Amino acid sequence: MSEPLLSVENLRTWFHTPSGIAKSVDGVSFDIRAGETLGIVGESGCGKSVTALSLLRLIQPPGRIEAGSRIVFEGKDLVTVDEAGMRAVRGNRIAMIFQEPMSALNPVFTVGDQVAEVARVHGTGSRSDAWDRAVEMLAQTGIPSPGDRARQYPHQLSGGMRQRVLIAMALMMNPALIIADEPTTALDVTIQAQILELLADLKRRFGTAILMITHDLGVIAETAERVLVMYGGEIVEEAEVRTLFDDAHHPYTEGLMYAMPNITESRERLNVIPGTVPPPTAWPSGCRFRDRCRYSWERCEREHPPLYQIGVSHTSRCHLAEEPERRAHPHAPLVEQIGASL
Amino acid sequence: MNSDIPLTRGFMAAASRRWLDNDRSAVFAGALLLAIAIPCLLAPLVAPYDPTAQPDIIGLQSRAPSLLHPLGTDPYSRDVLSRLIYGGRLSLLVALFATLVSVTLGTAYGAAAGYARGLTSSLLERVLDALLSIPRLLLLIAIFAAWRDIPVAGFVLILGATGWYGVARLVRGQVLALRNQDFIASATALGATRLRIFTRHILPNIVTPVVVAATLGIGHVIVLEAGLSWLGIGVRPPTASWGNMIQDGSDQMVSHWWISLFPGLAIVLTVMAFNVLGDALLKALSPMRPVIE
Repeated sequence: MSEPLLSVENLRTWFHTPSGIAKSVDGVSFDIRAGETLGIVGESGCGKSVTALSLLRLIQPPGRIEAGSRIVFEGKDLVTVDEAGMRAVRGNRIAMIFQEPMSALNPVFTVGDQVAEVARVHGTGSRSDAWDRAVEMLAQTGIPSPGDRARQYPHQLSGGMRQRVLIAMALMMNPALIIADEPTTALDVTIQAQILELLADLKRRFGTAILMITHDLGVIAETAERVLVMYGGEIVEEAEVRTLFDDAHHPYTEGLMYAMPNITESRERLNVIPGTVPPPTAWPSGCRFRDRCRYSWERCEREHPPLYQIGVSHTSRCHLAEEPERRAHPHAPLVEQIGASL
Repeated sequence: MNSDIPLTRGFMAAASRRWLDNDRSAVFAGALLLAIAIPCLLAPLVAPYDPTAQPDIIGLQSRAPSLLHPLGTDPYSRDVLSRLIYGGRLSLLVALFATLVSVTLGTAYGAAAGYARGLTSSLLERVLDALLSIPRLLLLIAIFAAWRDIPVAGFVLILGATGWYGVARLVRGQVLALRNQDFIASATALGATRLRIFTRHILPNIVTPVVVAATLGIGHVIVLEAGLSWLGIGVRPPTASWGNMIQDGSDQMVSHWWISLFPGLAIVLTVMAFNVLGDALLKALSPMRPVIE
């Protein structure tokens, strides 16, 4: 296998707040290969967005990437590179697509202007070249009559159109990696499908790697080749997308799968994993999922599980890997049901 | 397709189109202001008399409006129309420059305070709070009572230097709100420098409130100048200003009403026009808010 495009080693992003250190990302390691789509999935507060922001060093104080973390991209460690070096990477080699397409665009400039600005920031070509390229990128993202649309303001475009504009901005410099942080969450379902298809199509044409951050397993199934499941600031399971859906190992992943509404089943209530994510200022000792886990036993409290190798490219942070017989004796149902009957 | 679109031109053109299409009162206010400002600025060409000449202090004292003196004469036999025009020039220029000074100071301070973090931020904020707690009018009365023969430039600077706190607070709030917007994060993520983010993303987004505040501020300074001059500590006679003209006629308001009435009307109309204009600008300069009547 060739060199990974991006290699994250022991990333720890901690927020030094007055009420304690919030270890939002706590020892995350993963690789992204050129041209692949890696999904990161997890619920709110698991650290997936902080991981994404850390890659571009967009963490605001009191947050800090702790010493010992390494983010190696195209031979440079992004944790230690200077601010100018970082700016040369942002938008140019690694671009980011934000969740909320309305607020991610500046309301007082036309969208064409904002797409063109990316080229201006990176100092390539004249103003009119940048404009031409912006119109071309808007066309690439499937915006009809891009020349006219480029002259419009963000409020004149629909949510799906605005997300296409953001994608055009991200693609402007033909980056090696695009980080998409919940790119479809703010859109309605039909538009979601179009945007995901567009991303997949652009990936094929430009060979861009994508880091897809989402809480939506449907999006993962649609786009990703490999998946990281995050919980409590850690990776709890990593697998190929098929393996994850067919043969999830970690009890948290298992719960996520069962919590997913299924159209073929007639179910009256929503399934949820009991409990909530503990606060990042006070992760439980041992396994961070143990309070919500239906298999947990005393070892889970005593011993923080390492990432066990389950299969060829399948790892899981659960002691069940060493004591698989315990899976037969859960002490609680997998999921709880909530909500009124339909 | 023509590709080179300077954004400011497009933005301003769109804004002025929205404005003209949608706000007749703004057009009226603008026309009124021009009708007042143009003769004032051309004072030496349009004024029929020398504003300080006292041709006949006995024969022409406090004469009612006539063909020779369309707005009458004041107790010193000076022509009220000529004084109104020269006084208007002074009042408008004082207000304009004082507002320019205060908006510049206020924007600079507010932007710095909004951008700063930690200790600097709270320090700048406390200083602003302290300044805001000083009553402006009392401070001005104290200054001008102590410094009686202040030149007009000094008068303008002091009016400006005591008028920027509100703008600073406004700008600080706007910058704070903008700083956490996604498009600022997005611009950072696309590799923009802090300077570029400030000039491209922060400043254009605070232009609207600042322009509106400035427009309303001009009206406020006109009133303030008039008040100080009326108290006898603003613009000194014989130099005419709208404020000291009202003062000239204030002890004979009923019998010789024309001396105070016309400068008073001029103040009311001008300030009102600035206020209407300020409101219209607020609507016109917000592209995210389509104007629907």
